[in-house]
Amino acid sequence: MEIIMQHLDVVWFILVCVLFCGFFMLEGFDYGVGILLPILGKSDTERRQMINTVGPVWDGNQVWMITAGGATFASFPQVYATLFSGFYLALFLMLAALIARGVAFEFRSKDKAPAWRKTFDYCIFFGSLIPALLWGVTVGNLIQGTPIDAHMNFVGGFFDLLSPYTILCGIAFILVFVYHGALYTSIKTVGAISERARATALVEGVITAVGALVLVGATYYYTDLFNSTLAAVAFGLAIVCFLISWAFARTRSTGKGFFFSCLTVILVTVAYFAGLFPRIMVSSLDPAWSLTITNAASSQYTLTLMTIVALIFVPIVLIYQAWTYWTFRHRVSEKDLHY
Amino acid sequence: MMDAVLLARWQFALTSIYHWLFVPLTLGMTVVVAIMEITYVTTKNEVYKKMAKFWGKLFLINFAMGVVTGIVQEFHFGMNWAEYSRFMGDIFGAPLALEALTAFFLESTFMGAWIFGWDKLSAKAHAIVAVLVAIGTNLSAFWILVASSFMQHPVGYVLRNGRAEMNSFADILSNGYVPGQYSHIFFDGIMTAGVIIASISAWHLLRKNATDFYNRSIRWGLVVTLVGGILAMGAGHMQGQYVAKVQPMKMAAMEALWETAEPAPFTVFAGIDEKAQKNSGALEIPGGLSLMIHNSFTQGKVEGIKDLQKAAEAQYGPGDYTPHVTSVFWSFRAMIAAGSLMFLVAIIALFMHQKGKLENSRAMLKWVFWMLPLPYIANSTGWYVAEAGRQPWLVYGLQKTFDGASRTVTAPEIWTTIIGFTAVYILAAIAALYLAVKHIKKGPEGNDAHDVVEVKEEATLWK
Repeated sequence: MEIIMQHLDVVWFILVCVLFCGFFMLEGFDYGVGILLPILGKSDTERRQMINTVGPVWDGNQVWMITAGGATFASFPQVYATLFSGFYLALFLMLAALIARGVAFEFRSKDKAPAWRKTFDYCIFFGSLIPALLWGVTVGNLIQGTPIDAHMNFVGGFFDLLSPYTILCGIAFILVFVYHGALYTSIKTVGAISERARATALVEGVITAVGALVLVGATYYYTDLFNSTLAAVAFGLAIVCFLISWAFARTRSTGKGFFFSCLTVILVTVAYFAGLFPRIMVSSLDPAWSLTITNAASSQYTLTLMTIVALIFVPIVLIYQAWTYWTFRHRVSEKDLHY
Repeated sequence: MMDAVLLARWQFALTSIYHWLFVPLTLGMTVVVAIMEITYVTTKNEVYKKMAKFWGKLFLINFAMGVVTGIVQEFHFGMNWAEYSRFMGDIFGAPLALEALTAFFLESTFMGAWIFGWDKLSAKAHAIVAVLVAIGTNLSAFWILVASSFMQHPVGYVLRNGRAEMNSFADILSNGYVPGQYSHIFFDGIMTAGVIIASISAWHLLRKNATDFYNRSIRWGLVVTLVGGILAMGAGHMQGQYVAKVQPMKMAAMEALWETAEPAPFTVFAGIDEKAQKNSGALEIPGGLSLMIHNSFTQGKVEGIKDLQKAAEAQYGPGDYTPHVTSVFWSFRAMIAAGSLMFLVAIIALFMHQKGKLENSRAMLKWVFWMLPLPYIANSTGWYVAEAGRQPWLVYGLQKTFDGASRTVTAPEIWTTIIGFTAVYILAAIAALYLAVKHIKKGPEGNDAHDVVEVKEEATLWK
């Protein structure tokens, strides 16, 4: 107990990591479904099937991101301030995309004009693609380093966020989420769309595997992530899980395949957090100017309070979110379309 | 620099007021719909299920807008107000994280179950889900008002390590600013929901559509408006007295009271000259302000802006400590006028309904219908008074707005996001209005907006 109290900053680093794991795992397949919507959904009914697979859960999934943001604010306010003011235009793009996407889910099928539906299909597509890309770019920037000065201010501009490595991260995130979303679509639908989703996952999975190898190489070359044994192990396990997932999908055990793609997403997230530790935002100007769990953290009092709160409420949230997934566990057929 | 701060303020005002257009209805409507569902479960009368479905679905369009604009609010503080976040994050972040953890998860998860659960859950379970949504939305309002109240009246902190650090969460929770502010907004949400229900019902009654359904609905709407209205006024009065105590400058600005007075009059309206610091052509109720604040017509000193400005200079150093008096003064009056008008119309309409005369009184139904914009006016102006009346402070007495803005964000960047958010918000509003009007016109029969004819469409986006 005493050890925990002395290292609450570490506890919160882990908790924020957990929140991002939940966010990427859950919203990951939402984004994937959104990106695949115009590609997999050949008819309006199929598209509605796809949207309805995430219908009851997407908003709850998105709250993982909002909670991760709020938790960062409460536990590492300096990171919250530097990250969001620094990545200003990127964040704006992401928010605009998320607004379009959220509205589209709710509005799309409430009118039958083809132009109306098509417009909102675009909103869902780009509203999923852009955040997936930008989260990848963001994670890449955190580990590769950004121009942060001695006063924790980000002194670069929007284009400083785009480097070969960060763009690669963005693409890798998209590839993984699309794979993840394709498997989710496959296990949550019936009929032709389910089979098509599985076939897409298999093909797209090969591209993702190639992308993952390139990412590993680039990560080794551009960042110090592999200095951390834990990060290296997590990254390795992520790739193993991905291969297992693909093998299951190939033998039509799509449910098991999806389980392992969940693990893949979680392990990649863990790898990046482990690679960052104890830093949260690496400064490319001077390693000493990086934001760390020490210089960016809240006071002991606030961290204690938030730890108690998290210990009480995170399990409760998990229970009722599991309840929704259980309640809406059935596959979505043409008959039960709400959205 | 000044330019960027001013733009950041404009952006915060625009996105917050826009977000705030949707929130009060969400707060109140979740409660009303939950009550409708409970009534359905206890009475087994199908009409209540129909009501819950019709008003609930209308509300969903509004809810979606509140949710998506709320994401912006969550990240705003870091984007445009990084220095504020650094200085206050130790305190301000906690209620925000609590809001996400205890409220957002609850409302979003069960809202999903509410929308998709009509066939999958029993009536009782569905009603419980509705109650959980109502708890979630209103809990979220509670946490954000705890955070906001800290900015209005900081408590439970200590200045240490170059920032404000929390030293008592209990103090932050029991901040005297919270009860009045929260209950005012909670009942204001209830009133908003009541007005919307009554107004739309009136529109249909004017057209003799589904008169049974809307006659019942309008009664619900009017009763809810009155209950919400009385309690919102009571809470507002209570909060006014508290504001007078802890933010005398805000109170003086709300009343455009330049000189300290005892007893102080209530100014109904006046021409305000901010440069000369005096009013002209004022209509005053002698002792009115003293009555409001100190419960006495004849006693009770209320300090004026000039004296408060001098006192602030003595305490905090040279500077302008006076908010923009004209806009705060008139916003406050707009809020009270809109609120009183709603209350008045609702009480007369309910009286006529009781006598069975409302349904056939076209004039009165038109009055009820035209209440529609009033809650929005009251909500926006009320929020303006609370926020603009605090200026130049971001956190009252601790940090000025000017010092809280992000140092690295430039004016062109803020322009980009102002224009971008405005464009996205306008488009979303057009779509939402279109759907809402369509849903309202359809009425409770066949209102299922989802069971539309399938559009067979083989083309993908790329073709």
